[in-house]
Amino acid sequence: MIKVEWFYWLVGAFFAVVAVLRLLDRGASKRVGSAVFWGLLAFTFVYGTFVVAKTAPAWVEGVAVLVLAGLAAARYPGRGTEQTTSAAERSALAQRFGNKLFIPALVIPLVAVFFGAVLAKVNVGDQPLLQTGSATIIGLGVAAVIAFVVSLVLLRVPSPMIPFREGDRLLGHIGWAAILPQFLATLGLLFTASGVGTAVQRITNAVLPEGVLLLAAVVYCLGMALFTIIMGNAFAAFPVMTAAVGWPVLVQQYDGTPAVVFAVGMLAGFCGTLVTPMAANFNLVPAALLELKDTYGPIKAQIPTAIPLWVCNVAILYAFAFPH
Amino acid sequence: MWVLLAVAIVVVGFALRLNAMLVVTASGIAAGLIAGLTPLAILNAFGTGFAGSRSVTVFIVVLPVIGLIERYGLQDQARRLIGKLRGLTVGRLLATYLIIRQATAALGLTAIGGPAQAVRPVVAPMAEAAAERKHGALGDKVREKVRSYAASADTVGLFFGEDIFVAVGSILLITGFVDATYGLKLDALQIAVWAIPSAICALVIHGFRMLRLDRTLASLPASELAAPVGGAR
Repeated sequence: MIKVEWFYWLVGAFFAVVAVLRLLDRGASKRVGSAVFWGLLAFTFVYGTFVVAKTAPAWVEGVAVLVLAGLAAARYPGRGTEQTTSAAERSALAQRFGNKLFIPALVIPLVAVFFGAVLAKVNVGDQPLLQTGSATIIGLGVAAVIAFVVSLVLLRVPSPMIPFREGDRLLGHIGWAAILPQFLATLGLLFTASGVGTAVQRITNAVLPEGVLLLAAVVYCLGMALFTIIMGNAFAAFPVMTAAVGWPVLVQQYDGTPAVVFAVGMLAGFCGTLVTPMAANFNLVPAALLELKDTYGPIKAQIPTAIPLWVCNVAILYAFAFPH
Repeated sequence: MWVLLAVAIVVVGFALRLNAMLVVTASGIAAGLIAGLTPLAILNAFGTGFAGSRSVTVFIVVLPVIGLIERYGLQDQARRLIGKLRGLTVGRLLATYLIIRQATAALGLTAIGGPAQAVRPVVAPMAEAAAERKHGALGDKVREKVRSYAASADTVGLFFGEDIFVAVGSILLITGFVDATYGLKLDALQIAVWAIPSAICALVIHGFRMLRLDRTLASLPASELAAPVGGAR
């Protein structure tokens, strides 16, 4: 069976290479601190395997994570010295290679989709070929490796270190935002363990008006969106709001169709995901990747869609879920 | 109820644009302490949480390939390709990408697209080139707007497409949670079908906004639209 942990080690190996590149980059500022950041991150990816398997104490990873946060707060890691091609060189290279340049970019989704849609259903003996529930991650990892080899051959790259330098360049643009999504997911778990959900549920019950179906539908959708904005993902909001309003009020009291109530409730939560910096992987990481000065740029582009779309969800819920 | 203070830390921290990592750490520690966790338990929670959510960072592995093909001129080539498609304005391009992203996500093909694999190397440079062809060299603000719109087309398309696919995480979470908690036997297909009306609304609303970007850019005064004199790309 192909295990997802192998690919976490692959990611860890990339971070380790970046750490070495930072350390050897004598011209760059924040050299040592940046190397420590990426090196420590590489450690958490490998050590994490044993934390998940419960064969090593989790607090060690916890300490590493807090040190990473401290380094990030002190504005590490820094960028390296850029050693990429100039605009003129790129233009000449584009002329030379033409549409061949798209091939590696297309290999990634094709391989990833093949793994996610086809190989995910293949069994070897009585075991699935890919670890259950991780086909997408495994597919992305394999796709990256294949595209790596394809591009080395296709573009006749003189040294396999070049792609790592280029990867380091992009990672330099992202900086500590690279681990923010993971960090926020951790916070979500801490919130849940500390009872934030129960507190929200109590507030919802206190403000819920009785006897007006439309208002109950609004409270459910608004609660989904607001709690999603706080937690950064609708998955955490769904059980809380459904236990507070969705099931006892909309389904049991007003006789709503469960499939409609829950499907639309979840999508009302997605409207919240579109506007919250807590959903860093969807909203802040793209801003870093696109080198935007305004890290809230994508959120600003999404707010005017999220609001009318949320209203649509309330309308769909009200119109189709209940016997009128 | 005091645990909501931890939520307040996050809200205030993000609003003041303090360093996000610092805000999140402070909030996590506060939540743990208010809930009565020991320092060791809090460290354990940070460790387990971080180790258990490594999957969200795996997109990093495509960076060496993307960086490499950028080095060899991918973004230039993407621009050149747009040059050949005369009728394609930035709005039409992004609306088309939105449709493709949403349709493929609805078929479960969520790996097509994504900010690292598609938006940075291909979609954003194409969008900029399409805008430049019509409006001339772009100023910084306008360039940021075009890039932000490109990112938003990817995200909206993914969110409101994937829920139509039966085997997606959110549907499995819905059926898993309500079946286990309330003893229902919900059909995943029913959930997927009821995601379609919202998906259509998302396509219409966001598609309309993508198309309107052309008019928004055209109505901007030249001083805001164009690059400052001497300002390079």
